[in-house]
Amino acid sequence: MKKQKGQSEFSRFVYQLSKNKMAMIGLVILIIEIFIAIFANQIAPYGYQEIDPTALRQAPSAKHWFGTDEIGRDIFSRVVVGTRYSLSMGILATAISSVIGIVIGAIAGFAGGWTDNIIMRALDVIQSLPGMLLTIVMSAVLGSGYFNTILALSVGAIPGQARMLRANMLKQRKAEYIEAAYSINCSPARIIFKHLVPNSISANIVGMTMGVAHTIIQAASLSFIGLGIQPPTPDWGAMLSGARAFIRKSPHMVIFPGLAIAITVLAVNMLGDGIRDAMDPKLKK
Amino acid sequence: MENTTENKEFLSVKNLKVEYFSGKTVVHAVNGVDLKMYKGKTLGLVGETGAGKTTIAKSILRILPDVGARVVEGEVELEGKNLLALKEHDMRKIRGNEISMIFQDPMTALNPVQRVGEQIAEAVKLHSDLSKEQCEERAKEMLKMVGITEDRYYEYPHQFSGGMKQRIVIAIALACNPQVLLADEPTTALDVTIQAQVLELVAELQKKFNTAMLLITHDLGVVATVCDEVAIIYAGKIVEYGTKEQIFHHPSHPYTLGLFGAIPDMADDDIWLHPIEGLPPDPTKVIEGCAFAPRCKYATDACRKGEIPAVTTEDGHLSSCINMKTVLRKEGK
Amino acid sequence: MLRYFLKRLLWMIPIILAVAVVVFTLMMYCPGDPAEIILGSEATEEALENKREELGLNDPYFVRLGRFLSDTFIHFELGTSWVTGIPIADSIVERLPRTMLLSGITLILSFAIGVPLGVIAAVHQNQWQDYLCMVLALVGVSMPNFWLALLLVILFAVKLKWLPALGIGGIQYYILPAISASATHIASAARQSRSSMLDVIRSDYITTARAKGVPENKVILKHALKNALIPIITMMGTQFGKMLGGAMIIETIFSIPGMGTLIITAVNNRDYPVVQTGTIFLAIVFSFSMLLVDMLYAAVDPRIKAQYQNKGRKKAVVKKGAN
Repeated sequence: MKKQKGQSEFSRFVYQLSKNKMAMIGLVILIIEIFIAIFANQIAPYGYQEIDPTALRQAPSAKHWFGTDEIGRDIFSRVVVGTRYSLSMGILATAISSVIGIVIGAIAGFAGGWTDNIIMRALDVIQSLPGMLLTIVMSAVLGSGYFNTILALSVGAIPGQARMLRANMLKQRKAEYIEAAYSINCSPARIIFKHLVPNSISANIVGMTMGVAHTIIQAASLSFIGLGIQPPTPDWGAMLSGARAFIRKSPHMVIFPGLAIAITVLAVNMLGDGIRDAMDPKLKK
Repeated sequence: MENTTENKEFLSVKNLKVEYFSGKTVVHAVNGVDLKMYKGKTLGLVGETGAGKTTIAKSILRILPDVGARVVEGEVELEGKNLLALKEHDMRKIRGNEISMIFQDPMTALNPVQRVGEQIAEAVKLHSDLSKEQCEERAKEMLKMVGITEDRYYEYPHQFSGGMKQRIVIAIALACNPQVLLADEPTTALDVTIQAQVLELVAELQKKFNTAMLLITHDLGVVATVCDEVAIIYAGKIVEYGTKEQIFHHPSHPYTLGLFGAIPDMADDDIWLHPIEGLPPDPTKVIEGCAFAPRCKYATDACRKGEIPAVTTEDGHLSSCINMKTVLRKEGK
Repeated sequence: MLRYFLKRLLWMIPIILAVAVVVFTLMMYCPGDPAEIILGSEATEEALENKREELGLNDPYFVRLGRFLSDTFIHFELGTSWVTGIPIADSIVERLPRTMLLSGITLILSFAIGVPLGVIAAVHQNQWQDYLCMVLALVGVSMPNFWLALLLVILFAVKLKWLPALGIGGIQYYILPAISASATHIASAARQSRSSMLDVIRSDYITTARAKGVPENKVILKHALKNALIPIITMMGTQFGKMLGGAMIIETIFSIPGMGTLIITAVNNRDYPVVQTGTIFLAIVFSFSMLLVDMLYAAVDPRIKAQYQNKGRKKAVVKKGAN
């Protein structure tokens, strides 16, 4: 019975989502990007580190679709390989922060009292730093590199997820069906995991998709200012950082990596809007 | 006293048809409704949730949502002028002034960020040339009239209980002495004890200003206390229409009979109520014949074909049932 | 109200102290030997050891923490940069106003442009105005601000030569930074305004207002917008953190000597005292702004105001009128 109900709820969600054209376009773009990321080495016409000393900062041509950079590397190949970094960092950092945030939020929301108080004040402390600044500081402490950067990116998003879950849990706790569950002698653990968390989590899921978009931009900003992922790794933000110096003479170096970031974030946002609309029964018409 | 005006209807709704639409689906909410309202009299509009009652009231006032609703056909005449043909600018002068409405849910009907007094004064200001102070004075008067002390003028809706909020909603509706009052289930959201108070208040004010009132409700008890005439609506159509006495003493449509059967009768020994079996029809489909036929135990093949004509008896009792005679015989009336 | 404000102000003290402790502790774990950073890699081991002793780096953690806190919060002695030798206090006094100016402009622009766009979209729901605004807003929130800044520089500074590409000076120096810092926030303000306007427009009290005979433009601007502003203000409050962060990135592109360039340069040079103190100051500024947002909130929503007045942090008991 229970499972069936869950499934029909989920299939209703999938149906709603599949009817949303924008969301589907976003999804298709993301699937293509994941495909590119996996087969980057096969797709890229040149190695991402391959230097052509005879072709420095060349404008786009048939040979180099997106042109070449200041030391003669093919920008198209670098953008293709760079697909591996942005999206995966956004997804992984958001996954980490969501799991931690949801667990913390669930503890705070269910325990209440002092536990709740301490957790909330700790979140206050983290949240009194603007998100980007916190990420910069964390990145300075943890150092560069793929996983360190993911960790640095995830810290800032924890309080938001935790607060969201806690707030919804407090709302749900007062709901009559929880009272009903107590009255038929449900154990607290069952109430938390079978009733409270599943019913409170929808805002977090919507928050996650928006979080991925935001994290991708943060990751790019971070490598753009010289932290996070370092050159010669072809991260899009790092490529933009290198291209800045040549903005007057070779604007093509700035355009393509940035376009790649923007398209990825746009796709995530389109899918995220669709997920939000499909989940929010209030917007259903 | 008002014998001269009593015979002439003050506001009449003629063949009103309203649809809601969203994408390709069309909901036929109101399917050709005629109503007549007289000064100083109360017309009860009775029906289930979703029968189109609120839609009728909102159509009269032309406050249906712009997106997704349209009046397909019909007229609303106030003293001979068709409101549906008026310009928006002219209609605005009528809203809240000549015709006003009391809403169903007092908890959500008031603007949470505006002082309650100002919400009343705003209605006065819109329809008069009074100064700000005079409007405020009038608003305080209205508060007193509905039984709220005038020092609460400056408070916000969240500081009032449900019953008090409904009084404020009534004060807003009556602030400009409207000639027509559309009361949309004014007591449904309230406790039983407060229901009586609010109804009494509305009836008293109606008498005082000789207002024509449309009382929308699904509560036959309320109808019995307050109304002069009753219209029974089913799936967007009036199925029975007459004076309170006619409807209560000689109900002739199976749906009306069903409604009475669903009321517990203390004098009766029956253990069970007699609910109407089945559900109202899907409003997105066009219904052939009588909309009630699928739930009606007297339905014959004739009921499922063509237009069902409304039959009006000599004393003005209307019923749209082609098997009325059989029904009445079997019900023993 | 005033009591609540003061209470919140007092509450900021432990929060800021906690921020200081956390930042100080984090900085201790940053890679690199401070003495070597100051003296350079050619310094002798003896010189390095003397420097460490001079800086007190050999003392236990709590002694160093205590010294840092008392220097910063009691003596207002903010130290000097390891790299440039400039007193940090001077840098902050000079640079903080620029960052505040840029984020302030962003806030004003996103409110002044984003909210009307959202309202227009909501009023014309599912018409071309709506689609146009929302597509623009979707593109806006998806565009990294630093990339937009680079594109604007290419177009307006390099190609058209209308505006300066970098530096500070007259108002023309702030045009490109302001646009690139604001675009995302204008877009998200428009999205939020649209959705909260749509929520409000469907509510019963809007029907009540229409039924009273309130003209449509007044229904939207007076009744609907004031209610819709409540979630918009909440969102703007949380966005202000992002605005500050965004301003920091934008500063580096336009070489505006603000807190962003200060901290980012310091991080790249491992100039930790600057990072530490700069971060704490931005946290103070940010906390103040959040407090202001909460106060603004109370000004718009009487329910919140009642909460503040009654119980401070606790939930208000709704006053029940007698029936």
